[in-house]
Amino acid sequence: MKNIKFIIFGIVFGTILVKSEAVSWFRIQEMFRFQSFHMYGIIGSAVFVGAISILIIKKFKINTLSGEQIKFSNKPLYKVSNITGGVLFGLGWALVGSCPGPLYALFGAGHTVIIIPIISAIIGVLVYGLLKEKLPH
Amino acid sequence: MNFITEPWPWYVSGPLIGLFVPLLLIIGNKQLGISSSLKHICAACLPVQKIPFFNYDWKKNTWNLFLVLGITLGAFITNYIVDLNYEILISDATKVDLSEMGITNFIGFIPAEIYSWNTTLPNLILMVLGGFLIGFGTRYANGCTSGHAIMGLSLLNVGSLVAVVGFFIGGLIMTHLLFPLIF
Repeated sequence: MKNIKFIIFGIVFGTILVKSEAVSWFRIQEMFRFQSFHMYGIIGSAVFVGAISILIIKKFKINTLSGEQIKFSNKPLYKVSNITGGVLFGLGWALVGSCPGPLYALFGAGHTVIIIPIISAIIGVLVYGLLKEKLPH
Repeated sequence: MNFITEPWPWYVSGPLIGLFVPLLLIIGNKQLGISSSLKHICAACLPVQKIPFFNYDWKKNTWNLFLVLGITLGAFITNYIVDLNYEILISDATKVDLSEMGITNFIGFIPAEIYSWNTTLPNLILMVLGGFLIGFGTRYANGCTSGHAIMGLSLLNVGSLVAVVGFFIGGLIMTHLLFPLIF
């Protein structure tokens, strides 16, 4: 039952994603062509609010609602895989016009054809899992 | 403005997205991240337990699957209440560029000329390839726009910054170098 709250968060998050048009292929094209501030404004202000929130949580040692200490885990720096994987994802991001969150949102919003890139994304993860030990990181 | 029928400007939606960073931390002690849901789906639904990458207890990460289920539902409900098949008001310059690629239908979130069920085989291959790059790339980079760009940059994490630079290099290569060859 404790997972109900994550469904509710997801519903709100999915609503924001579609109402902001961040799920739009056209908006992503506008961004990569530097023809509008919209997507930069969304990502920039989201990071700003996120960073300030983390500063406040750290400074005032804010705990979770259930009194646990909030643990931060920084993702490790892997120079080769961060940049190479990043570029590969970026190619897909521009081609499909959405990153993983918007994929789910587009499908939910009635663009059922997006199940195709969702399934091939899952296959992409599977192939990565098979090749992981052989890839440079 | 009407918040139900009209799209939300960046200065409303961006900060709201950013608030999910403290919300998930304070209520669930979780760090925002969406692409790992694809890995959990693999581990949960496919016979992959012999592969070390998938040999972990995905049940400990069910919150992430519930989050993406919610995202799907949220978009579904919003589309039910307000029809989301409207024309997105993108900049005129983008419209001109896209028209030159043969994209003239700006109704809905995705270009119907490329991404629809009755599309051509080459476009179908593009959809499959694009999805594959999203899945493979996010795992290789260890995160996506939410985990690296929003959560990682909020933590001032160097690896996330490297990954985000990669995301943009990839997006720019696709848009400016490959799209003219494809479309």
